[in-house]
Amino acid sequence: MLSKSQARTFFLGGTILTFVVFLGLSWHSLSQEVPKQTNPEKLTSQVIHGKELWESNNCMGCHSVFGEGAYYAPELTKVVERRGDAYIKAALMSKQSWAPRGRKMVAYGFSEQDANDLLEFFKWVGNVDLNGFPAKPTYQSTINTK
Amino acid sequence: MKYKSQQIAYWFFGLSMLLLTLQIVYGFIMGFAHMGFDTLHEVIPFNTARAVHTNLLVVWLLSGFMGAAYYIIPEEAEYELVNVKLAYIQLISLALVGVVAIIGYHFNYWEGRKFLEIPRPLDWLVVINVLTFLGLILMTLYKGKKRTTTSLVLTMGLVFAALLYLPGMIWFDNQTTDSFFRWWVVHLWVEGVWELIMGGILAYLLIKITGVDREVIEKWLYIIVGLTFISGILGTGHHYYYIGTPRYWLIIGGIFSAMEPLAFLGMALFAIAMYRKGEKKHPNKIALNWTLGTAIVSFVGAGLLGLAHTLPGVNLYTHGTLVTAMHGHLAFWGAYGMIVFAFISYAMPNLTGRKLFDTTNGQFAFWLSNIGMLGMTVAFGVAGVAQVYMERIMGMEFGIVQKEIQVHFFVLVCCATMFATGVILYIYEFIKYGKPNIEALEA
Repeated sequence: MLSKSQARTFFLGGTILTFVVFLGLSWHSLSQEVPKQTNPEKLTSQVIHGKELWESNNCMGCHSVFGEGAYYAPELTKVVERRGDAYIKAALMSKQSWAPRGRKMVAYGFSEQDANDLLEFFKWVGNVDLNGFPAKPTYQSTINTK
Repeated sequence: MKYKSQQIAYWFFGLSMLLLTLQIVYGFIMGFAHMGFDTLHEVIPFNTARAVHTNLLVVWLLSGFMGAAYYIIPEEAEYELVNVKLAYIQLISLALVGVVAIIGYHFNYWEGRKFLEIPRPLDWLVVINVLTFLGLILMTLYKGKKRTTTSLVLTMGLVFAALLYLPGMIWFDNQTTDSFFRWWVVHLWVEGVWELIMGGILAYLLIKITGVDREVIEKWLYIIVGLTFISGILGTGHHYYYIGTPRYWLIIGGIFSAMEPLAFLGMALFAIAMYRKGEKKHPNKIALNWTLGTAIVSFVGAGLLGLAHTLPGVNLYTHGTLVTAMHGHLAFWGAYGMIVFAFISYAMPNLTGRKLFDTTNGQFAFWLSNIGMLGMTVAFGVAGVAQVYMERIMGMEFGIVQKEIQVHFFVLVCCATMFATGVILYIYEFIKYGKPNIEALEA
């Protein structure tokens, strides 16, 4: 059976080794791969301002992008593809609570410029290579076809 | 209690209980909103309730950990806390930062990053607060007569928790990079250093309650926290599957996060084995319930339910659905809520001199809160799995699916009522103990 000092060596050795590997992979991901998958050259001032608005209004408190956030309102990673520009801008600029199917969104009443910036942010998000997320529904072609 | 300065722990526990009560209130607001009754929408919209709910969780747990540390460290180091006044200032400032942040959330003042909503200026106050706390703990250890493994593991957990808060304070234009570092805080806290804190507190409780030799318990503590880090650090990769990071994280995150339950399994087996091995039968049955309970429920909630959706093929469908809420609730409750409850149950008789070791209320509090939380977990699970099938596989629209699963939130609210009743009974017992008493000092 392990002695206490061997147990300590297991703890310290294991921790240091995995942490070094984690740092190495993180460095590789961020410096080599993330630039290829996320189109950083397309991070325009509009996209960045869109991200600021996304954060300063805590949109993540109801919605999610990249599957991250809350589960009260729709996932927005592919929202532009799904809804189109006009619908998104209408929801963002509405002075009354946007309430599809009864669930209310805060009435932000964004200016047209802010709504455009948020839209640009969603377009950037929608073009990130997410290793297949969100998966295409298996039976979409046979449901809601009206 | 052996040292006068340990009394400060009581006030941290009191703050903890107060914030937990508020957290539950905001949880109900969200539960009702999911059922379709969002009558408070104009005053407390969902994103406010959600930020308050999760941030209160973090602060009440931290307050509980800090209280436990202020109790444990003097006793383990055999030295009075170096500056009690400063500890009280730290307590008040922690409460103030928490209250200001929560009020701010009602006025659209936040950072809007999941779990890290505290606005940047307040982040700095958190940093100062935690540094003060760590300074007091480290100085006490430094001046103390003894440095035990238990106290070192606990302190290491607290120091790393503070360091890991920093990457979450950096601004990134790129959402992927932003998310990447946000998980350094959130994942490496919850599935890393907080487990160190939990392990340290659990080891202390087992030493005190079971009477098993310290050397044996501390040896196992090393193995368990070793397993935690070996699996948990690279297990961060399960948050890097679908955020714009390379595909190798699917393999690394999959393998290592699938190993994460091992640490919790180790913790559960360890607690049960020590209890059976222990010759001393401590009369504090309530503390024993919570101590064994935390080890077992954390394995189920954090270990097994985490494993249930951590593999990439499953997570592709469950990521960003209520399945996450299922795992999250039982994991936080089992691993961290219950360890704080266990510690408070152990410490209160020693702080006050009143020996409410095995009361009916205390037993009811334990069973009602746990059964209630299990029921909530099942309700979230059923809603989440139904959501995955309807929305992610059948391709039904989000809003239609949400209407279909509303009924599960009725079940959730019923179970949450049972949970809340248990917590209220626990707090009632806490209040009944009264304030710390100098006469409770052991000779």
